[in-house]
Amino acid sequence: MKKALGNVFIWIIYLILYAPLLVMVFFSFNEGRSTSVFSGFSLKWYAELFASRDTMTALQNTLVLAISSAVIATVLGTAAAMYMYYLRNKAWKATMKTVTNIPMMNPEIVTGVSMMLLFVFIGRMLGADNSLSFGTLLIAHVTFNLPYVILNVLPKLNQTDPHLAEAAQDLGSTPMQAFVKVVMPAVIPGVISGFLMSFTMSLDDFVISYYTTGSDFQTLPLKIFAMTKKTVKPDMYALSSLIFITVLILLLIINISQIRQEKKNASK
Amino acid sequence: MKKRSFAQRIAGAPYILWAALFIVIPMAIVVYYAFTDADGNFSFANIRQLADYKETFLISFEYSFIATIITLVISYPFAYLMSKKSAASQRIMMMLVMLPMWMNLLIRTYSWMNILERNGIINNLLGLFGAEPLKMIGTPGAVIFGMIYNYIPYMIIPIYNVMSKIDKSLLESAEDLGSNGLSKLRRVILPLSMPGVISGFTMVFVPSVSTFYISQKLGGGKVMLIGDAIERQMQTSYNYNLGASLSLVLMIVILISMIVVNRFAGDDDLLI
Repeated sequence: MKKALGNVFIWIIYLILYAPLLVMVFFSFNEGRSTSVFSGFSLKWYAELFASRDTMTALQNTLVLAISSAVIATVLGTAAAMYMYYLRNKAWKATMKTVTNIPMMNPEIVTGVSMMLLFVFIGRMLGADNSLSFGTLLIAHVTFNLPYVILNVLPKLNQTDPHLAEAAQDLGSTPMQAFVKVVMPAVIPGVISGFLMSFTMSLDDFVISYYTTGSDFQTLPLKIFAMTKKTVKPDMYALSSLIFITVLILLLIINISQIRQEKKNASK
Repeated sequence: MKKRSFAQRIAGAPYILWAALFIVIPMAIVVYYAFTDADGNFSFANIRQLADYKETFLISFEYSFIATIITLVISYPFAYLMSKKSAASQRIMMMLVMLPMWMNLLIRTYSWMNILERNGIINNLLGLFGAEPLKMIGTPGAVIFGMIYNYIPYMIIPIYNVMSKIDKSLLESAEDLGSNGLSKLRRVILPLSMPGVISGFTMVFVPSVSTFYISQKLGGGKVMLIGDAIERQMQTSYNYNLGASLSLVLMIVILISMIVVNRFAGDDDLLI
């Protein structure tokens, strides 16, 4: 009896969690223009979506931004994690960790506003009218992605045995060889999950982008925001359903690779 | 340990430069804007103007506090029940909790507006039975519900993580020593799960208190939170100085409450 009650509770929570997603997918197939009255099945909103040049540009912008910010953050962040791992000055290490945490602890709106003010400030100093553009958006995305890369790579480094690299050097390899052959393979999973996490965070970001982008560069979340200012048509739901499926596939890849990694570790 | 190589020494340089330029300096710029006027002269005007926003701050904190407490009350038993399932079900349940988070918050919130609004899905269904439509959008309840809905995974995940790591033999020895269900919960599970509760609390409270989209859509324009006030100054009124002072206060208040929560929990290991 107690167990049945528990299960009912769990199912109710899941029902609430998924209700808006079901509504979204369901009404993306609506024939009419309404997002609350269903008048018949149709794929026309999907067709309209692919025919819309605006949407395709926003999709392309989102992908360009997500890939470039994730690549830059992964390179910078992995190097930074290596540096932090070898640091021996405790106070400096603690400072680095605290600064790394700032973008994660601060409310997104504060991060967005603070970066916007920086760009506006520099823009005014340089005498520019409009300082916000793709460049500022990219800087903002790299900045909020960096902690995710560092927090994925650093624990992997901490798990590796520092004596292994030393042993390699004792056996005659240069520090660079020891690094490439011994340390690198151990941190690669962390680097990959850091990259994928950055990619998805960037794909999904609205708040920080909203404050740091210029009027000439629109991403999908920004487009969705602009669309929801008016009454929306089911095309927005069609778009969201597609994004959701993409993210779902990415998550499945991350999960499966993690399960594989665990199995590999377990069989060692 | 071997001496650090040259490569290891300079590997951090780009990140240090980046963090200084784009994490530390922006914080200083917020302070600069908060204490200057539009011409860049030193001024307390923006700080004085904050008095007009007293009500906004109070409402934001009240709503997000209520939302966080309700989220905790729902998440705690949920995480507990989840930690009792088989390993395979736990993995699936966890994924199902995280999945909705990856749907853009704007869409999830808009979709709820569709469900709850006057001509929305719930009222359409009620209409089939001849019932009067309910007014849900535009009430504080809808805004609080939006906060709970959007951020509940951030509460469930950390609580579940600590609960699933509780050593089973501790529970068994508590039983051997004569604890029944309730005292086992109070004396063993609750204290051990506190770190998860604390991090869940901050992870739900911080985005709730600073949201602007949820209150815009589910509050029907009748509920104004700090996030809405900041957004208006930055994107509509272009009063960056007032926007900066509002952001500064929000940042400081959140920082103070996190320190208090951590002291209260006796856990100073919040940072990594």
